Amino acid sequence: MINGNKTAVRNGKVAVGAILLFWGFITILPFLWMFLSSFKTNAEISQATQNFLPNHWTLDNYKRLFIDSNFGVYLKNTLIITLFSFMGMLLNAMAGYGFAKFKFKGRGPLFILVLATMMIPGQVTMIPVYLILNEMHLTNTLAGIILPGLVGAFAIFLFRQFMSNISNSIIEAARLDGASEWYIFWHIIIPISKPVLAVQGILTFIGGWNAFLWPLIIANDQKYYTLSVGLQLLQGQHTSDYGLQMAGSSFMVIPIVIIFVIFQKYILQGFNVQAEK
Amino acid sequence: MAKTLRDKLIPYTFVLPALLLLALFSLIPIFIALIISFTGLDITGLGDWSQIKFIGLQNYTQLFHDSAFLQSILNTGYYVIIGVPLVILLSLTVAILINFGQNRFFRFMRLVFYTPSITNTVAVAVVWTYMYNPSMGLLNNLFGKIGLGPFPWLSDPATAKMSLIILAVWKAIGLNMLIFLAALQGIPESLYEAAELDGAGWWQQTRHITLPSLSFSIFFVTVTTLIGWFQFFDEPFVMTKGGPLNSTNSVALFVYQNGFQNSNFGYAAAGSFVMFTAIIIATLVQFKLQKKQQGI
Repeated sequence: MINGNKTAVRNGKVAVGAILLFWGFITILPFLWMFLSSFKTNAEISQATQNFLPNHWTLDNYKRLFIDSNFGVYLKNTLIITLFSFMGMLLNAMAGYGFAKFKFKGRGPLFILVLATMMIPGQVTMIPVYLILNEMHLTNTLAGIILPGLVGAFAIFLFRQFMSNISNSIIEAARLDGASEWYIFWHIIIPISKPVLAVQGILTFIGGWNAFLWPLIIANDQKYYTLSVGLQLLQGQHTSDYGLQMAGSSFMVIPIVIIFVIFQKYILQGFNVQAEK
Repeated sequence: MAKTLRDKLIPYTFVLPALLLLALFSLIPIFIALIISFTGLDITGLGDWSQIKFIGLQNYTQLFHDSAFLQSILNTGYYVIIGVPLVILLSLTVAILINFGQNRFFRFMRLVFYTPSITNTVAVAVVWTYMYNPSMGLLNNLFGKIGLGPFPWLSDPATAKMSLIILAVWKAIGLNMLIFLAALQGIPESLYEAAELDGAGWWQQTRHITLPSLSFSIFFVTVTTLIGWFQFFDEPFVMTKGGPLNSTNSVALFVYQNGFQNSNFGYAAAGSFVMFTAIIIATLVQFKLQKKQQGI
């Protein structure tokens, strides 16, 4: 009886594994197809039926990204934006610490206000924010692309959650030793907060790398385009040049997948939303 | 020990930079959007503020006589009604399947299913547009081999919406699967052991232990997915521009087109407020339903 049960469990596991394998293959198929197609010649890619693997491997599509198209410029802009979004992450961490460890007038209402901004859809704010940036003469500048997304309520919330759990006695001890509040933040709080900084750092990188809506609205000039806006332009200009499009997509997707695989253990643990009991 | 003024101000130096940016780019814009939704602000008003005219509710009444807007509401409703249940059902199924085993294979599958969630929407939309190509796309090739199709995918109003939904569901499964998986792993093993002793089969265990234990995460996923699908934008923007024949245009895309392509800022702001109202109502309904469920 017990033996029979074990075999049934094992058979069940194999069946589940087979379903997952098939479904997983379908899930990953678009990426495989994208990556392999990016090495195909134009002649091959315009045939009605194609082999999965390229007949003649070529790097031509990738070369054209940088020669015919401005992917070098887009890459530079994307990296600048990503760099600045890390500064935004520090502002989020500061705010999270302020809400977690200080008592001050208006703390409760201000924090609720922060959380309330999470509910506001981007489409409602995009027109007024454009008008505000226009008044500040920041449209069509990198600063205009960076500023609206610099801080985020969800990140502030996560920093506050983590920092609330840091023991007060460490902070009090440092204060008695005469450390300034900023010294405490930089030399005690930031080092303790490494786990949350790791998760936020990866999410910040992914967010900056994938940024689309603000660069699309604020940048009129190709020299301020990011990779995703540039890729969207490339699709419009080279409608049927699928080799080039797949190279551009691979160029955006592959680095993120690599970073994700390296740091996955930090990201995957950050998704427990169960209500606190 | 009396606090000096300096001590009292220190907390604000930590929170103020972030608060000012949030106020400037999230809170104040709501009020500006509301005000300009009652004006005829366009490109001339942008250069010269004295040209801006208050026109009362005219934008709103015009919206509900604009067949393109009404169509975009219907389309968005279609996306929400088909897309949200699909996302919940499929990501829950994947999570339950992955939760069957703990070994390396199952951990690897978790990675596989999560990957679409972190990749750039523009990039995957470009890839799927290629796969959807009627003559040389991968999908019609594969279906052709088993004697099906060819399907028109994006080029026919009847199938275009569904094609966009397939892509968006594919992309949304990973993140929600992780949320469900975290919740599944929090269910105490002893519950299942007790049920097994009582002779409950797999399906009974799923129905009476797993699903009730997941009610909070199902609620969370429903609300966030609902809000996300109400703002459906990237996919139709990159893949169809709202076509063919407006069949894939969403409210979010309608707002973008009117605001930034036609420079009808006032009209677009009114459209965005209609969307905002719909999101708030849908969220409140969800909260009500959740409360009612807990009451039983």
